[in-house]
Amino acid sequence: MTGFQHSIATIGGLAALVAAYLAVGDAGIGMLVASLALAVFGLRHHFGIAPQARFDLAASLAGMVLLLAILDGDMPAATWPFLISCWLSGWLAVEKSLAARGLSQAMSSAVSLAVPVFFGAWIIFVWEVLTIGLQIPTVLLPPPSMIAVRFAESTSILWADFQQTVIKAALSGYIMGCGSAFIVAILIDRIPFLQRGLLPVGNFISALPIVGIAPIMVMWFGFDWQSKAAVVVVMTFFPMLVNTVAGLQATQAMERDLLRTYASSYFQLLIKLRLPTAAPFIFNALKINSTLALIGAIVAEFFGTPIVGLGFRISTEVGRMNVDMVWAEIVVAALAGSLSYGLLSLLEKQVTFWHPSNRRKTQ
Amino acid sequence: MTGLLSRVFPIATVVAAIMVVWYGFTVYLNSPWQIERYEKAAIEWQMGDLVRDTMAQDRPILPAPHQIVTEIWKTTALKKVTSKRSLIFHGSVTLSSTLLGFAMGTLLGIGLAVSIVENQAMDKSLMPWIITSQTIPILAIAPMIIVVLNAVGLSGLLPKAMISTYLSFFPVVVGMVKGLRSPDPMHIDLMRTYKASRLQMFWKLRLPASVPFLFASMKVAIAISLVGAIVGELPTGAVAGLGARLLAGSYYGQTIQIWSALISAACMAAILVGAVSFISHVTLKRMGLQS
Repeated sequence: MTGFQHSIATIGGLAALVAAYLAVGDAGIGMLVASLALAVFGLRHHFGIAPQARFDLAASLAGMVLLLAILDGDMPAATWPFLISCWLSGWLAVEKSLAARGLSQAMSSAVSLAVPVFFGAWIIFVWEVLTIGLQIPTVLLPPPSMIAVRFAESTSILWADFQQTVIKAALSGYIMGCGSAFIVAILIDRIPFLQRGLLPVGNFISALPIVGIAPIMVMWFGFDWQSKAAVVVVMTFFPMLVNTVAGLQATQAMERDLLRTYASSYFQLLIKLRLPTAAPFIFNALKINSTLALIGAIVAEFFGTPIVGLGFRISTEVGRMNVDMVWAEIVVAALAGSLSYGLLSLLEKQVTFWHPSNRRKTQ
Repeated sequence: MTGLLSRVFPIATVVAAIMVVWYGFTVYLNSPWQIERYEKAAIEWQMGDLVRDTMAQDRPILPAPHQIVTEIWKTTALKKVTSKRSLIFHGSVTLSSTLLGFAMGTLLGIGLAVSIVENQAMDKSLMPWIITSQTIPILAIAPMIIVVLNAVGLSGLLPKAMISTYLSFFPVVVGMVKGLRSPDPMHIDLMRTYKASRLQMFWKLRLPASVPFLFASMKVAIAISLVGAIVGELPTGAVAGLGARLLAGSYYGQTIQIWSALISAACMAAILVGAVSFISHVTLKRMGLQS
């Protein structure tokens, strides 16, 4: 137990005592008992009883379940110190399990996976409790449960929007943009003059607010997904170009010389040495572009669109104050973004398994 | 001198090539409409006339570069700064929310990075979510955030700046975390032999070591803040700002206006990134980190 952990535990225990004191006035007997139990849990460290992390985790989870069970628009004052106390015991559990020594390999990787999941669950939980407990108008911020219900009810609309924006516009534009940039990068790699000229210009253009060309593309290519794909092509082209060219230059003279002594041709050099060396750079661009492609496709829909698509739905449902539907669309966009990022990361690990950042750490 | 020339010459060539292609496309894209007009008016036309006239349309599909430059000149130098049609007025609106968002994002990013480096629980809990936060296409939902914040009475500079903040804190967090962890073990050991406290270690070793990383991140952050501010201006009913000029231009088919807003945004991005680079150069030189 470090001093820091001790102070978290003590503050948590005291917060639970405050909750118990407030619960005597206006909350039910259940709240009082729970607060007292939580206080005992927080302060038990001073008596050296059962300091394992799993007890703190259990206390935190039990508190969350209790709060969810009694959650309605009129929360007693005891709720807030109780919430803080639960949160602190959750934090304490995380602190303890991360500081634990001598865990098995599987256990420690389970901990490092569980910690962010637990944190995410807490964020959603606090969001739920605050929006309902403080009676925040749903127009401003709907509670997660309401968004989940809306999501489950309108899966067919969401699926149609997903197909229109993500599959047709973003994905086709992404493939065309990244693919053409990759080919151009390999071509200009052979001409040093073009490299010196194009790289600064490409770097400059990557920093520009390219989303701004969306209205122009909608004018040129019409309202359907082609104009959105065009925006995505332009947005993804330059990051891919700059990164691929930089990656192709990343080989060392020694490595090139070695392949030359083997009498390798240009293409052998490219495929066996330079492209693998460039792979981390290329994946970096692919990851940046996966988010850019979604942004481009959705923003372009604000400038004119058929009556389907994530951007269209967001802008019309905002107008109708159906904020829960907007949030459901945001969930779709976030899932699409995170999934594509995750898939690319997995692929990167498979392809660049030799890279120092992917090697398994040996003790 | 030859070094400068060999750096500038290729860039100038590429820019010149872009210009040539641009003029080519101007003629190509604008000619169908022009030819139609000739035929309606039954005018005999030569190739020279066509080239001249395609570059002088009021609402071309693709305006020629000199048309854009003239438009920018007309709306900056020849208009009063306070006028609603002055690009300087619109640019300053965008600039102020960019800078506010950038400042908030940088401070937030530094704060998060410090807590991540100093506390393992924060590192494990926050870092995956910070990365996830950037896979959400926030720019795409920016207009909604603006509208919702407007509905609760938050309007003006702050909502736009918040979009910029959300975008710009990320590169700063990533860069600063890397920077604060960059001191090599030798230096840390040296500080330990001096019996430095954790706070002293932070102020005297980690923070100075992170400065080059901070500036590199700030260059990315300021460019992305500008994008955030422009997209944030799209839904405010096209009142003010470069984003509003874009939207108004697209409603009324004023292509020259769209392009002039775009080019001014590009210039602003270049100036902002240049300013950060300059400050970075001066600071690092005074810290003795750059020869």
